[in-house]
Amino acid sequence: MIAVRVGVVVFVASVFQVAVFSGWELLGGFPDVLLVTVVSVALLRGAVVGAVTGFAGGLLVDTATLGTLGLTSLLLAVAGHLSGRYGETSGRDRSFVPYVAVGVIAVLVGVGGYLVHFLLGDAVSARLALPPVLPSALLDVLMVWPVYRLCRAVVGTAAAEAPPREVELVV
Amino acid sequence: MVVGVLVVLAIGLITVSFREDRSGPLVRAQDAGAGVLRPFLVAAERIAEPFEDGYRWAESLFEARSDAERLAAENVALRQRLAQAQLAVRENDRLRSLLRFRDGARFPRDYEGVAAAVIGRPAGAFSQAIVIAVGSKDGVRRNDPVVTQDGLIGLVTRVSGRSARVTLLTDEQSAVSGVDVRTNANGIVRHGRASRTTLVLDRVAKEDVVRVGDTVVTAGWESPRLASLYPRGLPIGLVTSVGQADTDLYKQVLVEPFADFRSLDAVLVLVPRERGVR
Repeated sequence: MIAVRVGVVVFVASVFQVAVFSGWELLGGFPDVLLVTVVSVALLRGAVVGAVTGFAGGLLVDTATLGTLGLTSLLLAVAGHLSGRYGETSGRDRSFVPYVAVGVIAVLVGVGGYLVHFLLGDAVSARLALPPVLPSALLDVLMVWPVYRLCRAVVGTAAAEAPPREVELVV
Repeated sequence: MVVGVLVVLAIGLITVSFREDRSGPLVRAQDAGAGVLRPFLVAAERIAEPFEDGYRWAESLFEARSDAERLAAENVALRQRLAQAQLAVRENDRLRSLLRFRDGARFPRDYEGVAAAVIGRPAGAFSQAIVIAVGSKDGVRRNDPVVTQDGLIGLVTRVSGRSARVTLLTDEQSAVSGVDVRTNANGIVRHGRASRTTLVLDRVAKEDVVRVGDTVVTAGWESPRLASLYPRGLPIGLVTSVGQADTDLYKQVLVEPFADFRSLDAVLVLVPRERGVR
Protein backbone atom coordinates (compact mmCIF):
# COMPACT_ATOMS: atom_id res chain seq x y z
CA MET A 1 0.00 0.00 0.00
CA ILE A 2 2.79 2.37 0.93
CA ALA A 3 4.58 1.50 -2.31
CA VAL A 4 1.51 2.54 -4.29
CA ARG A 5 1.25 5.82 -2.39
CA VAL A 6 4.93 6.58 -2.89
CA GLY A 7 4.56 5.66 -6.56
CA VAL A 8 1.64 8.04 -7.03
CA VAL A 9 3.50 10.89 -5.30
CA VAL A 10 6.60 10.38 -7.43
CA PHE A 11 4.59 10.04 -10.64
CA VAL A 12 2.68 13.27 -10.01
CA ALA A 13 5.87 15.12 -9.03
CA SER A 14 7.70 13.86 -12.15
CA VAL A 15 4.87 14.86 -14.49
CA PHE A 16 4.55 18.33 -12.97
CA GLN A 17 8.33 18.77 -12.97
CA VAL A 18 8.58 18.05 -16.70
CA ALA A 19 5.39 19.81 -17.81
CA VAL A 20 5.40 22.83 -15.51
CA PHE A 21 8.32 23.51 -13.18
CA SER A 22 11.18 22.94 -15.63
CA GLY A 23 9.85 25.80 -17.74
CA TRP A 24 10.08 28.30 -14.90
CA GLU A 25 13.19 30.36 -14.41
CA LEU A 26 12.99 32.42 -11.23
CA LEU A 27 15.81 34.47 -9.71
CA GLY A 28 18.18 32.76 -12.14
CA GLY A 29 17.32 29.29 -10.84
CA PHE A 30 15.10 26.38 -11.82
CA PRO A 31 12.75 24.89 -9.20
CA ASP A 32 12.87 21.09 -8.93
CA VAL A 33 9.76 19.74 -7.26
CA LEU A 34 10.81 16.16 -7.99
CA LEU A 35 14.06 16.57 -6.07
CA VAL A 36 12.18 18.04 -3.10
CA THR A 37 9.70 15.16 -3.26
CA VAL A 38 12.46 12.53 -3.41
CA VAL A 39 14.27 14.07 -0.44
CA SER A 40 11.01 14.36 1.53
CA VAL A 41 10.06 10.73 0.84
CA ALA A 42 13.59 9.62 1.76
CA LEU A 43 13.46 11.49 5.06
CA LEU A 44 10.05 10.05 5.85
CA ARG A 45 10.54 6.45 4.70
CA GLY A 46 14.30 5.84 4.86
CA ALA A 47 17.32 5.49 2.58
CA VAL A 48 16.21 2.45 0.58
CA VAL A 49 12.79 3.85 -0.27
CA GLY A 50 14.47 7.20 -1.02
CA ALA A 51 16.92 5.63 -3.45
CA VAL A 52 14.23 3.62 -5.25
CA THR A 53 11.97 6.70 -5.39
CA GLY A 54 14.78 8.80 -6.85
CA PHE A 55 15.61 6.14 -9.43
CA ALA A 56 11.98 5.76 -10.51
CA GLY A 57 11.38 9.52 -10.65
CA GLY A 58 14.54 10.05 -12.71
CA LEU A 59 13.52 7.29 -15.10
CA LEU A 60 10.12 8.93 -15.62
CA VAL A 61 11.74 12.30 -16.32
CA ASP A 62 14.25 10.86 -18.78
CA THR A 63 11.50 8.90 -20.54
CA ALA A 64 9.12 11.84 -20.79
CA THR A 65 11.79 14.23 -22.09
CA LEU A 66 13.30 11.64 -24.48
CA GLY A 67 16.64 12.27 -22.80
CA THR A 68 19.51 9.94 -21.96
CA LEU A 69 17.95 7.13 -19.91
CA GLY A 70 19.51 6.62 -16.49
CA LEU A 71 21.11 10.03 -16.15
CA THR A 72 18.54 11.67 -13.88
CA SER A 73 17.94 8.31 -12.21
CA LEU A 74 21.59 8.10 -11.18
CA LEU A 75 21.58 11.56 -9.61
CA LEU A 76 18.23 11.21 -7.85
CA ALA A 77 18.89 7.67 -6.58
CA VAL A 78 22.08 8.87 -4.87
CA ALA A 79 20.24 11.98 -3.64
CA GLY A 80 17.45 9.83 -2.16
CA HIS A 81 19.91 7.49 -0.48
CA LEU A 82 21.99 10.31 1.05
CA SER A 83 18.96 12.17 2.38
CA GLY A 84 17.48 8.95 3.73
CA ARG A 85 20.69 8.16 5.59
CA TYR A 86 20.78 11.69 6.98
CA GLY A 87 17.16 11.36 8.15
CA GLU A 88 17.85 7.97 9.77
CA THR A 89 20.94 9.14 11.66
CA SER A 90 21.86 12.66 12.72
CA GLY A 91 18.74 14.29 11.34
CA ARG A 92 16.18 12.21 13.23
CA ASP A 93 13.26 14.12 14.83
CA ARG A 94 14.56 17.59 14.03
CA SER A 95 12.25 20.08 12.39
CA PHE A 96 14.87 21.86 10.29
CA VAL A 97 16.10 18.64 8.69
CA PRO A 98 14.02 18.83 5.47
CA TYR A 99 15.23 22.35 4.75
CA VAL A 100 18.90 21.52 5.36
CA ALA A 101 18.65 18.25 3.44
CA VAL A 102 16.96 19.81 0.40
CA GLY A 103 19.38 22.76 0.32
CA VAL A 104 22.51 20.60 0.54
CA ILE A 105 21.22 17.86 -1.78
CA ALA A 106 20.11 20.44 -4.38
CA VAL A 107 23.63 21.89 -4.48
CA LEU A 108 25.18 18.40 -4.66
CA VAL A 109 22.81 17.34 -7.47
CA GLY A 110 23.52 20.58 -9.36
CA VAL A 111 27.29 20.15 -9.20
CA GLY A 112 27.04 16.37 -9.63
CA GLY A 113 24.82 16.81 -12.67
CA TYR A 114 27.37 19.11 -14.23
CA LEU A 115 30.15 16.56 -13.59
CA VAL A 116 28.11 13.68 -15.03
CA HIS A 117 27.31 15.68 -18.19
CA PHE A 118 30.97 16.66 -18.43
CA LEU A 119 32.09 13.02 -18.10
CA LEU A 120 29.59 11.97 -20.76
CA GLY A 121 31.13 14.45 -23.16
CA ASP A 122 28.22 16.90 -23.32
CA ALA A 123 29.20 20.43 -24.27
CA VAL A 124 28.13 22.09 -21.02
CA SER A 125 30.11 25.12 -19.92
CA ALA A 126 30.58 25.66 -16.19
CA ARG A 127 29.95 29.37 -16.69
CA LEU A 128 26.35 28.64 -17.68
CA ALA A 129 25.62 25.46 -15.74
CA LEU A 130 26.96 26.30 -12.27
CA PRO A 131 25.59 29.81 -11.49
CA PRO A 132 21.95 28.57 -11.35
CA VAL A 133 22.87 25.96 -8.72
CA LEU A 134 22.53 28.23 -5.66
CA PRO A 135 19.34 30.06 -6.77
CA SER A 136 17.83 26.67 -7.68
CA ALA A 137 18.69 25.33 -4.22
CA LEU A 138 17.04 28.40 -2.67
CA LEU A 139 13.86 27.83 -4.70
CA ASP A 140 13.86 24.17 -3.70
CA VAL A 141 14.16 25.12 -0.02
CA LEU A 142 11.18 27.47 -0.44
CA MET A 143 9.12 24.53 -1.70
CA VAL A 144 9.99 22.27 1.24
CA TRP A 145 7.19 23.37 3.59
CA PRO A 146 4.23 22.47 1.36
CA VAL A 147 5.85 19.50 -0.39
CA TYR A 148 7.16 17.87 2.79
CA ARG A 149 3.81 18.25 4.55
CA LEU A 150 2.00 16.83 1.52
CA CYS A 151 4.37 13.88 1.32
CA ARG A 152 4.01 13.21 5.05
CA ALA A 153 0.23 13.26 4.72
CA VAL A 154 0.28 10.80 1.82
CA VAL A 155 3.11 8.38 2.60
CA GLY A 156 3.36 8.76 6.39
CA THR A 157 6.55 8.04 8.31
CA ALA A 158 8.39 4.79 8.78
CA ALA A 159 9.00 5.61 12.44
CA ALA A 160 5.28 6.06 13.15
CA GLU A 161 4.47 2.58 11.82
CA ALA A 162 7.27 0.79 13.67
CA PRO A 163 7.84 2.46 17.04
CA PRO A 164 11.04 1.34 18.80
CA ARG A 165 10.49 -1.52 21.24
CA GLU A 166 13.75 -1.01 23.07
CA VAL A 167 15.53 2.06 24.27
CA GLU A 168 19.26 2.09 24.69
CA LEU A 169 20.59 4.56 27.19
CA VAL A 170 24.04 5.82 26.40
CA VAL A 171 25.74 7.18 29.48
CA MET B 1 23.25 -2.77 -1.30
CA VAL B 2 20.05 -1.47 -2.93
CA VAL B 3 21.59 1.87 -3.82
CA GLY B 4 24.60 0.06 -5.30
CA VAL B 5 22.32 -2.00 -7.56
CA LEU B 6 20.42 1.14 -8.61
CA VAL B 7 23.63 3.03 -9.40
CA VAL B 8 24.93 0.14 -11.51
CA LEU B 9 21.55 -0.11 -13.23
CA ALA B 10 21.56 3.63 -13.97
CA ILE B 11 25.09 3.49 -15.38
CA GLY B 12 24.06 0.49 -17.48
CA LEU B 13 21.07 2.41 -18.83
CA ILE B 14 23.27 5.42 -19.67
CA THR B 15 25.74 3.18 -21.48
CA VAL B 16 23.08 1.38 -23.49
CA SER B 17 21.33 4.70 -24.28
CA PHE B 18 24.56 6.06 -25.72
CA ARG B 19 25.54 2.97 -27.69
CA GLU B 20 22.18 1.79 -28.97
CA ASP B 21 20.97 2.79 -32.43
CA ARG B 22 17.57 4.40 -33.00
CA SER B 23 15.72 1.14 -33.50
CA GLY B 24 17.09 -0.66 -30.43
CA PRO B 25 14.82 -2.16 -27.76
CA LEU B 26 15.64 0.48 -25.13
CA VAL B 27 14.86 3.32 -27.53
CA ARG B 28 11.60 1.60 -28.50
CA ALA B 29 10.71 1.13 -24.83
CA GLN B 30 11.48 4.81 -24.16
CA ASP B 31 9.31 5.85 -27.11
CA ALA B 32 6.46 3.70 -25.80
CA GLY B 33 6.93 5.17 -22.32
CA ALA B 34 6.90 8.70 -23.72
CA GLY B 35 3.65 7.87 -25.51
CA VAL B 36 2.08 6.67 -22.26
CA LEU B 37 3.27 9.76 -20.36
CA ARG B 38 2.20 12.25 -23.05
CA PRO B 39 -1.49 12.59 -21.94
CA PHE B 40 -0.39 13.19 -18.36
CA LEU B 41 2.07 15.89 -19.46
CA VAL B 42 -0.60 17.56 -21.57
CA ALA B 43 -3.03 17.45 -18.62
CA ALA B 44 -0.47 18.92 -16.21
CA GLU B 45 0.40 21.63 -18.71
CA ARG B 46 -3.34 22.49 -19.07
CA ILE B 47 -3.76 22.64 -15.29
CA ALA B 48 -0.83 25.03 -14.92
CA GLU B 49 -1.72 27.16 -17.95
CA PRO B 50 -4.14 29.61 -16.25
CA PHE B 51 -1.61 30.28 -13.47
CA GLU B 52 1.22 30.84 -15.94
CA ASP B 53 -0.98 33.11 -18.06
CA GLY B 54 -1.91 35.08 -14.96
CA TYR B 55 1.74 35.51 -14.00
CA ARG B 56 2.66 36.66 -17.51
CA TRP B 57 -0.30 39.06 -17.59
CA ALA B 58 0.79 40.61 -14.29
CA GLU B 59 4.38 40.81 -15.51
CA SER B 60 3.34 42.44 -18.79
CA LEU B 61 1.42 45.19 -16.94
CA PHE B 62 4.70 46.69 -15.76
CA GLU B 63 6.09 46.88 -19.27
CA ALA B 64 2.89 47.73 -21.17
CA ARG B 65 3.34 51.50 -21.46
CA SER B 66 6.97 51.48 -22.62
CA ASP B 67 6.20 48.57 -24.96
CA ALA B 68 3.29 50.45 -26.54
CA GLU B 69 5.43 53.52 -27.30
CA ARG B 70 8.26 51.42 -28.70
CA LEU B 71 5.92 49.31 -30.83
CA ALA B 72 4.14 52.38 -32.25
CA ALA B 73 7.46 53.81 -33.45
CA GLU B 74 8.51 50.40 -34.76
CA ASN B 75 5.20 50.03 -36.59
CA VAL B 76 5.72 53.23 -38.57
CA ALA B 77 9.20 52.17 -39.63
CA LEU B 78 8.06 48.64 -40.49
CA ARG B 79 5.17 49.91 -42.62
CA GLN B 80 7.61 51.84 -44.79
CA ARG B 81 9.93 48.85 -45.04
CA LEU B 82 7.02 46.54 -45.91
CA ALA B 83 6.09 48.65 -48.93
CA GLN B 84 9.71 48.60 -50.13
CA ALA B 85 9.99 44.86 -49.46
CA GLN B 86 6.80 44.08 -51.43
CA LEU B 87 8.17 45.96 -54.42
CA ALA B 88 11.49 44.13 -54.09
CA VAL B 89 9.79 40.72 -53.85
CA ARG B 90 7.75 41.36 -56.98
CA GLU B 91 10.85 42.49 -58.87
CA ASN B 92 12.80 39.53 -57.53
CA ASP B 93 10.14 37.03 -58.66
CA ARG B 94 10.05 38.58 -62.15
CA LEU B 95 13.86 38.47 -62.50
CA ARG B 96 14.03 34.87 -61.22
CA SER B 97 11.48 33.75 -63.77
CA LEU B 98 13.41 35.55 -66.53
CA LEU B 99 16.66 33.86 -65.50
CA ARG B 100 15.05 30.46 -64.73
CA PHE B 101 16.89 30.76 -61.42
CA ARG B 102 17.01 27.68 -59.17
CA ASP B 103 17.90 27.76 -55.47
CA GLY B 104 17.55 25.73 -52.27
CA ALA B 105 14.50 25.10 -50.14
CA ARG B 106 12.73 28.18 -48.80
CA PHE B 107 10.11 28.84 -46.18
CA PRO B 108 7.12 29.05 -46.55
CA ARG B 109 7.18 27.95 -50.20
CA ASP B 110 8.69 24.49 -49.68
CA TYR B 111 7.49 23.70 -46.16
CA GLU B 112 4.30 22.98 -44.27
CA GLY B 113 3.97 23.84 -40.60
CA VAL B 114 2.86 21.35 -37.97
CA ALA B 115 1.65 23.26 -34.92
CA ALA B 116 2.54 21.72 -31.58
CA ALA B 117 2.12 22.53 -27.91
CA VAL B 118 5.17 22.48 -25.66
CA ILE B 119 4.47 19.77 -23.10
CA GLY B 120 7.76 19.47 -21.27
CA ARG B 121 11.32 20.46 -20.64
CA PRO B 122 14.28 18.55 -19.25
CA ALA B 123 14.99 19.49 -15.65
CA GLY B 124 17.86 21.77 -14.71
CA ALA B 125 20.20 24.02 -16.62
CA PHE B 126 22.16 21.36 -18.47
CA SER B 127 20.32 21.05 -21.73
CA GLN B 128 18.31 23.65 -23.56
CA ALA B 129 15.49 21.58 -25.02
CA ILE B 130 11.73 21.23 -25.08
CA VAL B 131 9.35 18.34 -25.63
CA ILE B 132 6.50 18.96 -28.09
CA ALA B 133 3.22 17.12 -28.58
CA VAL B 134 3.76 15.94 -32.16
CA GLY B 135 5.87 13.06 -33.40
CA SER B 136 6.52 10.66 -36.25
CA LYS B 137 2.79 9.88 -36.57
CA ASP B 138 2.23 13.56 -37.45
CA GLY B 139 4.89 13.53 -40.15
CA VAL B 140 7.69 14.99 -37.99
CA ARG B 141 11.18 13.60 -38.50
CA ARG B 142 14.58 14.11 -36.92
CA ASN B 143 16.34 17.32 -38.08
CA ASP B 144 13.14 19.20 -38.94
CA PRO B 145 13.51 22.92 -38.12
CA VAL B 146 11.23 24.40 -35.47
CA VAL B 147 10.04 28.02 -35.36
CA THR B 148 7.67 30.29 -33.48
CA GLN B 149 5.91 33.33 -34.91
CA ASP B 150 9.04 35.29 -33.93
CA GLY B 151 11.69 33.17 -35.58
CA LEU B 152 13.82 30.04 -35.48
CA ILE B 153 14.12 28.27 -32.14
CA GLY B 154 15.82 24.95 -32.89
CA LEU B 155 15.83 21.52 -34.46
CA VAL B 156 14.04 18.23 -33.79
CA THR B 157 16.67 15.89 -32.39
CA ARG B 158 14.59 12.95 -31.20
CA VAL B 159 11.19 11.69 -32.32
CA SER B 160 8.78 9.20 -30.82
CA GLY B 161 5.28 8.35 -32.06
CA ARG B 162 3.40 11.29 -30.54
CA SER B 163 6.12 13.50 -29.09
CA ALA B 164 9.48 14.92 -30.09
CA ARG B 165 12.44 16.55 -28.45
CA VAL B 166 13.58 19.88 -29.85
CA THR B 167 17.10 21.08 -29.06
CA LEU B 168 17.00 24.85 -28.82
CA LEU B 169 19.38 27.25 -30.52
CA THR B 170 20.59 28.27 -27.07
CA ASP B 171 21.88 24.75 -26.38
CA GLU B 172 25.63 24.42 -26.44
CA GLN B 173 25.45 21.73 -29.10
CA SER B 174 23.34 23.76 -31.54
CA ALA B 175 24.69 25.74 -34.48
CA VAL B 176 23.13 27.14 -37.64
CA SER B 177 24.57 28.98 -40.63
CA GLY B 178 23.41 32.58 -40.47
CA VAL B 179 23.63 35.55 -42.77
CA ASP B 180 23.31 39.29 -42.22
CA VAL B 181 20.35 40.31 -44.41
CA ARG B 182 21.73 43.80 -45.14
CA THR B 183 25.37 42.99 -45.93
CA ASN B 184 25.28 39.26 -46.70
CA ALA B 185 28.03 38.61 -44.13
CA ASN B 186 28.03 34.89 -43.32
CA GLY B 187 28.73 33.15 -40.05
CA ILE B 188 27.62 30.42 -37.67
CA VAL B 189 25.00 31.25 -35.06
CA ARG B 190 25.51 29.44 -31.78
CA HIS B 191 24.88 29.92 -28.07
CA GLY B 192 26.40 32.93 -26.37
CA ARG B 193 28.85 32.39 -23.55
CA ALA B 194 27.75 35.50 -21.68
CA SER B 195 24.17 34.46 -20.97
CA ARG B 196 21.72 31.69 -21.70
CA THR B 197 19.45 33.79 -23.89
CA THR B 198 21.91 35.50 -26.24
CA LEU B 199 23.49 34.06 -29.36
CA VAL B 200 26.70 34.86 -31.22
CA LEU B 201 27.31 35.07 -34.94
CA ASP B 202 30.65 33.33 -35.05
CA ARG B 203 33.21 32.99 -37.86
CA VAL B 204 32.40 36.32 -39.46
CA ALA B 205 35.48 37.45 -41.40
CA LYS B 206 37.01 40.75 -40.27
CA GLU B 207 36.56 42.33 -43.67
CA ASP B 208 32.81 41.62 -43.64
CA VAL B 209 30.51 44.43 -42.57
CA VAL B 210 28.05 43.84 -39.74
CA ARG B 211 26.29 46.67 -37.88
CA VAL B 212 24.25 46.87 -34.70
CA GLY B 213 20.56 46.54 -35.60
CA ASP B 214 21.13 44.25 -38.61
CA THR B 215 18.84 41.25 -38.95
CA VAL B 216 20.35 37.77 -39.04
CA VAL B 217 18.50 34.97 -40.84
CA THR B 218 19.33 31.36 -41.69
CA ALA B 219 21.72 31.06 -44.64
CA GLY B 220 20.16 27.84 -46.00
CA TRP B 221 23.09 26.88 -48.20
CA GLU B 222 23.04 23.97 -50.60
CA SER B 223 25.85 22.14 -52.36
CA PRO B 224 25.69 19.18 -54.77
CA ARG B 225 26.26 16.71 -51.92
CA LEU B 226 25.09 18.46 -48.79
CA ALA B 227 22.37 20.92 -47.83
CA SER B 228 21.69 22.93 -44.71
CA LEU B 229 19.06 21.47 -42.40
CA TYR B 230 17.40 24.89 -42.28
CA PRO B 231 15.67 26.67 -45.18
CA ARG B 232 17.00 30.07 -46.17
CA GLY B 233 15.50 33.17 -44.62
CA LEU B 234 14.19 32.04 -41.22
CA PRO B 235 14.59 35.03 -38.88
CA ILE B 236 17.03 34.39 -36.03
CA GLY B 237 17.69 37.71 -34.31
CA LEU B 238 19.05 41.24 -34.25
CA VAL B 239 22.71 42.18 -33.96
CA THR B 240 23.20 43.94 -30.61
CA SER B 241 26.97 44.31 -30.50
CA VAL B 242 29.91 44.06 -32.89
CA GLY B 243 33.47 43.81 -31.64
CA GLN B 244 36.79 43.29 -33.31
CA ALA B 245 40.15 42.70 -31.61
CA ASP B 246 43.50 42.66 -33.39
CA THR B 247 44.33 39.25 -31.96
CA ASP B 248 41.03 37.62 -32.97
CA LEU B 249 40.59 35.90 -36.30
CA TYR B 250 36.93 36.82 -36.58
CA LYS B 251 34.50 39.54 -35.57
CA GLN B 252 32.66 39.15 -32.26
CA VAL B 253 28.98 39.59 -33.07
CA LEU B 254 26.28 39.25 -30.41
CA VAL B 255 22.76 38.45 -31.58
CA GLU B 256 19.58 38.92 -29.56
CA PRO B 257 17.17 36.19 -30.71
CA PHE B 258 13.69 37.22 -31.89
CA ALA B 259 12.13 34.23 -30.14
CA ASP B 260 11.67 34.31 -26.39
CA PHE B 261 13.17 31.00 -25.34
CA ARG B 262 11.91 31.35 -21.77
CA SER B 263 8.22 31.36 -22.61
CA LEU B 264 7.66 28.85 -25.36
CA ASP B 265 4.07 27.57 -25.33
CA ALA B 266 3.47 26.58 -28.93
CA VAL B 267 5.78 26.03 -31.88
CA LEU B 268 5.63 25.18 -35.56
CA VAL B 269 7.62 22.25 -36.95
CA LEU B 270 8.57 22.83 -40.59
CA VAL B 271 7.97 19.67 -42.60
CA PRO B 272 9.14 19.64 -46.23
CA ARG B 273 6.13 19.68 -48.61
CA GLU B 274 7.59 16.78 -50.60
CA ARG B 275 7.27 14.59 -47.47
CA GLY B 276 3.85 15.93 -46.52
CA VAL B 277 2.03 16.34 -43.22
CA ARG B 278 -0.09 13.42 -41.98
